[in-house]
Amino acid sequence: MNLRRIGMSLIAPAIGLFISLAATAVILIAIGASISTVFSSMWNYGTSPRAMSLMLNLATIYFLSALAVSIGFKMNLFNIGVNGQYVLGALAAAVVASNLTLPKVASVTITILSAMIVGALWAGIAAWLKVARGVSEVISTIMLNFIAIGIISYIIVRTPIGTETSLNIRGTKAIPETGMLRGVAFLDPGTPIYGFFFISIVVGIAYWFLLNRTRFGFDLRATGKSASAARTSGVQSNRMIVVTMLLSGAVAGLVGLPYLLGDTGSYTLQFPTDWGFTGIAIALLGRNNPLGIALGAILWAFLDISSGQLILEGVPREISTIMQGLIVIVVVISYEVVRRYQVKSEQTSVAKALEKQEASV
Amino acid sequence: MSQSALAVELKGIWKRFPGVIANSDINLKVTSGTVHAIVGENGAGKSTLMKILYGMQKADEGTISINGSDLVFNSPSDAIDSGIGMVHQHFMLADNFTVLENIVLGSEPKNGIRLDFAKARKQISGIAAENGLAVDPDVLVSELGVGDRQRIEILKVLYRGAKILILDEPTAVLVPHEVDELFNTLRDLKKEGLTVIFISHKLDEVLSIADEITVIRQGTTVGSVNPHTQNVSARDLAEMMVGNELPTPDAVGDTIQDEVVLKVENLSVFAKGGKAIVDDISFQIRAGEIVGIAGVEGNGQAEILDALMGIESASGRVQFKNEDITNKSTRHRRELGIGFIPEDRHRQALMLEAPLWENRMLGHQTREPNSKGIWLTPRSAKADTKRIVEEYDVRTPSIDVLASALSGGNQQKLIVGREMSGEPKLLIAAHPTRGVDVGAQAAIWDHIRNARQAGLAVLLVSADLDELIGLSDNIKVLLRGKFVADADPATVTPQDLGTAMTGAGEAA
Repeated sequence: MNLRRIGMSLIAPAIGLFISLAATAVILIAIGASISTVFSSMWNYGTSPRAMSLMLNLATIYFLSALAVSIGFKMNLFNIGVNGQYVLGALAAAVVASNLTLPKVASVTITILSAMIVGALWAGIAAWLKVARGVSEVISTIMLNFIAIGIISYIIVRTPIGTETSLNIRGTKAIPETGMLRGVAFLDPGTPIYGFFFISIVVGIAYWFLLNRTRFGFDLRATGKSASAARTSGVQSNRMIVVTMLLSGAVAGLVGLPYLLGDTGSYTLQFPTDWGFTGIAIALLGRNNPLGIALGAILWAFLDISSGQLILEGVPREISTIMQGLIVIVVVISYEVVRRYQVKSEQTSVAKALEKQEASV
Repeated sequence: MSQSALAVELKGIWKRFPGVIANSDINLKVTSGTVHAIVGENGAGKSTLMKILYGMQKADEGTISINGSDLVFNSPSDAIDSGIGMVHQHFMLADNFTVLENIVLGSEPKNGIRLDFAKARKQISGIAAENGLAVDPDVLVSELGVGDRQRIEILKVLYRGAKILILDEPTAVLVPHEVDELFNTLRDLKKEGLTVIFISHKLDEVLSIADEITVIRQGTTVGSVNPHTQNVSARDLAEMMVGNELPTPDAVGDTIQDEVVLKVENLSVFAKGGKAIVDDISFQIRAGEIVGIAGVEGNGQAEILDALMGIESASGRVQFKNEDITNKSTRHRRELGIGFIPEDRHRQALMLEAPLWENRMLGHQTREPNSKGIWLTPRSAKADTKRIVEEYDVRTPSIDVLASALSGGNQQKLIVGREMSGEPKLLIAAHPTRGVDVGAQAAIWDHIRNARQAGLAVLLVSADLDELIGLSDNIKVLLRGKFVADADPATVTPQDLGTAMTGAGEAA
């Protein structure tokens, strides 16, 4: 029965992948490109050591972002504000780290904590609005994204925190090398894998434990499965909303750190600001399961990285964006179809099993 | 002339859901131009039947004929086309639209592509005048009370040309004088030649408005009566609704101890509009005592239970043993040893898409065998789920199947087993054996009796009057949120209780 359930949960993404690949092939034919050369050059490049290193690094970021989103999803709380939470978290981390002169472990720990606290506080605003004033978290987190970007621009452009960086863009003071977490190069000597790759694995495991092995996780999942039954069981919904939102924001605070501590060493005006939305798509793909999210993040990163190759084949690189979109839509639909089928088939198989029992008595 | 023609005739309607038969062999004849009431307990299958008649669900077997011709409804729009209109229990109105806009919504009169409000206004005031439904078409719905909203719902279906109106529990949300107004409206509609199907379980109301009454029990039609020609009382109807075929639980000896487990003083629960649903009730339950609440559903039972569990906010005072728990959380109350079997198991007692063993933890997630400290202990929770499955005869191939895969009765057995686990001091139970087969019912009664012997206090709400009389040490009758009578289970009959429950005895 359990094997069957695992099989069922793999069917949906498999169908999704297949259909979206087929649809992409149709688009490629329509624009007159050769399917085999496009796919093979994406594959060849994507499996090179350098590309794989870049892919794992990007996937680390996506993984954290999707985890942050899925904590909320698990109880039907939609944190669309990962963007705002992580940019503020990253800025705070950059400011703190650039002013620390401590040994690496202490410095990085303090940097991580400050990013998580700022992310959590920013998400906490939305939680407070929802609990105290009944504001939908979807609306408030989206609005808070814009506010966060505005605040950051102001801080960097107008306050002494922002300075002219070496690249002629304004940003925070460079983090000293003792505060960085560069990582190790084991696939490609020129492209180290972020130190955060390993931290994110720990976060993923912690997420699984929190959800599946703690009372808090049970309360959270119960609220997602049936808010009314959870309430009857003694879950205080307002408290759950606040705690979950804070947790989601804390994880979101980590999203910018792999890049900040592994690469730029400074928060500049060019720091990417839309990894949160990617996280939503990947959380949907991975079905809020850490393993699924990890696979989704790698797939997404693969398409991002290898899309550069498309230009060389004379194909617009937006093809890969189209693929990503198709995958999400098709996978989400097939999850729902499979879920309904599963519930139905379990009902009939239970009924059958019982009939047999009855007959043998 | 056409008075005796049948507006609706249902023959041999069957509807099965996985694990449940909602309707079995329903036969119904509704004469044109009459008010026809359908009465039955909650869960008797009234709503399913009406959904079939309105095209929202398809019957597995049976025929529907409207005005003499057999029809098949694939969707509500088919039903609307044949002149059937439904007024839902919960109003389907847009608050920020005017009355006029709400009425035309979905079937707007058009002049080219422009909305022709002038025409709609004329039509509506015509319909309103004919049927005595006075409403101002330009008021926002948000400014109107419940009675007005219901009139708009009726206008809505009349505007769509309905000749047969289905009213689903229309009086549930109304105060008495609004009920009178509604009944006047219904009499006007009847005069206009319309047919009204009226679903209710309030027997005194049904007797005052209906020309014919059909009783549904456990998914099937058990009989029809004509209150004009036959001399029927609310008590007769209650008897038909409840039936007398179940095994009677026999009360065993007196186990009541001195210790007061639950003491409730001046408990009131108010609806949003300020109407008291539970109205200043007080009672107490001692260890080893079962106090039963008799009453037609919807008279405040669910609200009392929710208030006692701390789910619904209430005024008054609740004391558990020596502790004042009035302001304590639901979790705190559960941890004190209060078990809860709610009325609506799907909404309040189960996670349908979670395995049985996770459902065993629900409501008990802070205690052994489900958790230790902050950590869950799935292994011992699973072992204990197996124990419940065995002791309570839950028919399932495994404890890993989703709760939704079990039949309603087996879900109920799991819930009862769960709530009886961990040696509760007080059990708050609504319909503990609803949907459970006869053998398992007796087993659940035994479990409750044994626990009572050991000092369990029980608050029992049940629609099954035999169960209530057989198990309870004391019975209180609840009507419109108040205790109106006490009954001694040793001497009372289901008929007496039925009379008191419906308030039919008040006049006498």
